[in-house]
Amino acid sequence: MSAAHVLADGCHLMGSNNCGFPAPGAEIFVFDPLFTIGPFEVTKPALLAAICAVLIIVFFWAAFGKSKLVPGRVQGLGELGYLFVRDQIARPMIGVKGDKFVPYFMTMFFFIWSMNMMAFVPFVQFPVTSRIFFPAMFATVAWAVYMYLTFRKNGFVGGLKNLAVPSGLPFWVYFILTPIEFLSNIFIRPFTLTIRLFANMFAGHMLVAVFSVAAWYLVSPSLIGMASASLSFVMAVVMTAFELLIQFLQAYIFTMLVASYISQALEEAH
Amino acid sequence: MSAVLAAEGLTGSVGSIGYGLAAIGPGVGVGLIFGNGVQAMARQPEMTNVIRTNMFIGFALTEALALLGFVVPFVFGK
Repeated sequence: MSAAHVLADGCHLMGSNNCGFPAPGAEIFVFDPLFTIGPFEVTKPALLAAICAVLIIVFFWAAFGKSKLVPGRVQGLGELGYLFVRDQIARPMIGVKGDKFVPYFMTMFFFIWSMNMMAFVPFVQFPVTSRIFFPAMFATVAWAVYMYLTFRKNGFVGGLKNLAVPSGLPFWVYFILTPIEFLSNIFIRPFTLTIRLFANMFAGHMLVAVFSVAAWYLVSPSLIGMASASLSFVMAVVMTAFELLIQFLQAYIFTMLVASYISQALEEAH
Repeated sequence: MSAVLAAEGLTGSVGSIGYGLAAIGPGVGVGLIFGNGVQAMARQPEMTNVIRTNMFIGFALTEALALLGFVVPFVFGK
């Protein structure tokens, strides 16, 4: 029985039906399809992702579609975003030659951030990236870009050397390090990129859900019941605010790590 | 495993214990990273931007281990 179902029956601590704490589990991330388009069943996360994409396209179109020398309000906001991605992510990681990757980073950063931010929008309150498919697709694209750049820059042998043989170490270290580096750079990196974003959003949503359910569960007609319920509700609000920080940080970290991989791919061979 | 635990009177997911164990190492690691990062910023305030960027990369790499520990019980926890 799902947590929401139990709550609807009036499940309280010391209530009449003597029910235990209905802890929310992984089932709060599973949705029934809202409607179907052809063979595709559109669920809430898919719909939210589409809305995020439209929002971002509309915003940046409004900002840079007819850009002027003296920016207006929307263009000023867009330029703020652009400068953040360029000066805090692309330049420190790759240097000036990273400027041509800024559009990619912009798309990635703002798409991920807005999908994370859906956890904060009232009545929507679901981080789209807590469905593993979305981070996995971002990581797949990032992996493809990383591999493409590595082999285009260094050639096939040089590319493998770039991926698996870090320079400037005593030769016996390479027997251990080369397999580790090879595995880590090619197979584990896209996997950890996925898991990091997914698990952060998953854990954050679960945390807020636990405190919200607990607030309802602890309500009882007594002073201590009301006090503990309010405390739990306050914690849910505090955690939502804390999640705002995490949502931004995870989008930033994801983009920054991709930038650092790209900078490694573009490194000159020693 | 769970049959043995149930015989001893323990119920629930072993994954929660697993996550507790998995969080120890990354906990120490994240503490070290931010501790040393703040110390480095205090010593050389003009390098703050560079230090912060690298601090977050180190944080992200360490934190991944804790998050793996968090996800695994949901995947294999039944």
